[in-house]
Amino acid sequence: MKTAINFSLNGQKISVDVEPYETLLEMLRDRLGVKSPKCGCDRGDCGTCTVMLEGRTVRSCLILAIEVDGQKIITLEGVMKDGDLTPLQKTFIEHNSFQCGFCAPGMILSATELLRKNPSPNKVEIQEALSGNLCRCTGYSPIIDAILEHTKGGK
Amino acid sequence: MPLLHDFNYHKPASMGQALKFLAKYKKAAILAGGTDIIGEIKEGIAVPEALIDIKGLAELKKIEFKNSKLTIGSLVTFSEIIESKVIKSKLPVLIEVARTVGSVGIRNRATMVGNICSAVPCMDSGPVLSAYEATINAKGPKGQRKIAVDAWFLAPRKTSLKKGELVTGVTIAVPDKKHAGCYVKLGRYSGEDLAQASVLVLALPKNIYRIAFGSVGPTPIRARNIEKLINGHLLDEDIIEKAKKLILETVFPITDIRATKEYRMLMCQVMFERGIKAAASRLAGGGPKYGESLM
Repeated sequence: MKTAINFSLNGQKISVDVEPYETLLEMLRDRLGVKSPKCGCDRGDCGTCTVMLEGRTVRSCLILAIEVDGQKIITLEGVMKDGDLTPLQKTFIEHNSFQCGFCAPGMILSATELLRKNPSPNKVEIQEALSGNLCRCTGYSPIIDAILEHTKGGK
Repeated sequence: MPLLHDFNYHKPASMGQALKFLAKYKKAAILAGGTDIIGEIKEGIAVPEALIDIKGLAELKKIEFKNSKLTIGSLVTFSEIIESKVIKSKLPVLIEVARTVGSVGIRNRATMVGNICSAVPCMDSGPVLSAYEATINAKGPKGQRKIAVDAWFLAPRKTSLKKGELVTGVTIAVPDKKHAGCYVKLGRYSGEDLAQASVLVLALPKNIYRIAFGSVGPTPIRARNIEKLINGHLLDEDIIEKAKKLILETVFPITDIRATKEYRMLMCQVMFERGIKAAASRLAGGGPKYGESLM
């Protein structure tokens, strides 16, 4: 049975009718056209579907759309300010931190959450924070280097 | 991948309403963090007629410390455990355990109660609750029930929760005496892997220890035989060697995709030795910092 839900997506009010079995990931991509969260493993292991729910990163493939009624969601699209890349994103580009880019939205959201809680993490803390985001191209070093650089530069 | 079947979704606003929904369906499942149940529905392991989302029950979101008892509500996530000041000061080993669960994105959603309700043998919450002799609090149509942790885990994915009951939280009696714990988890790599084997050691004054293993049997294993051997004795190399031999009669792991039985048994000995030494040093005021990996 379809149920109407209301929530905030990147600061915008959204109302949608959803079936109980629709995941948050499916709703974002297929109904609302928000394409930064990706479907990788579809079981919570790879982190490509990461979005922020009430300020914390979550796996949108393991959450039902109906569960987010009344809540705030930020995707990578909402992290950018007025269409501008954030300093962290720019540092990622400078370090060539992505090749195919499939993991990028999740990586950036996880790094953003980490830096909010801990503005100057060390390498181990960065590795720990990103351990749920898999990258099959870079071998992780350019990603970790970018975050370290970002914290040093105080950008 | 779309979910394979349709189900009803209910989000009760009160405990009474939640219990009514549970009674109404033959096969209802509780939804808290959803990190297990949604995956199980996708894989067809769970086929509920209805999901009862308990996230509207504010009373289940609490972490309480009263009369030396720490109660963790069913909706408390692993991230909230890690960030809790009262847990950090009263039971820091619980934070050590929580930090090994999944990844940040999972811990932001997954709950400790969900972990022990799923009761998969490799769960991280089992050994700590076993060693600290926790009680599981459940509510049902007949009222409240307290279940000792030893009676809780029956088999893989099977607990003593009855149909129509809902777990409201877990209570751990924090020892009044000085105490220190240590959780050692073995994964294939560091970061987000499930445990191949795990051990939790609780050290109390006068050489008293409580020991529990995880992921090396169908349920967490409280090693009372080893406790009997070592308790009251000075922890020297001789007694540790004797205890390590006894481990081989205590744990009974299987061979699966993550490790062989033989490897798990050997590693239990290594992890036990490191864990008990670390717990003893922590009790004495030193030792590795909580959260530091010993593997």
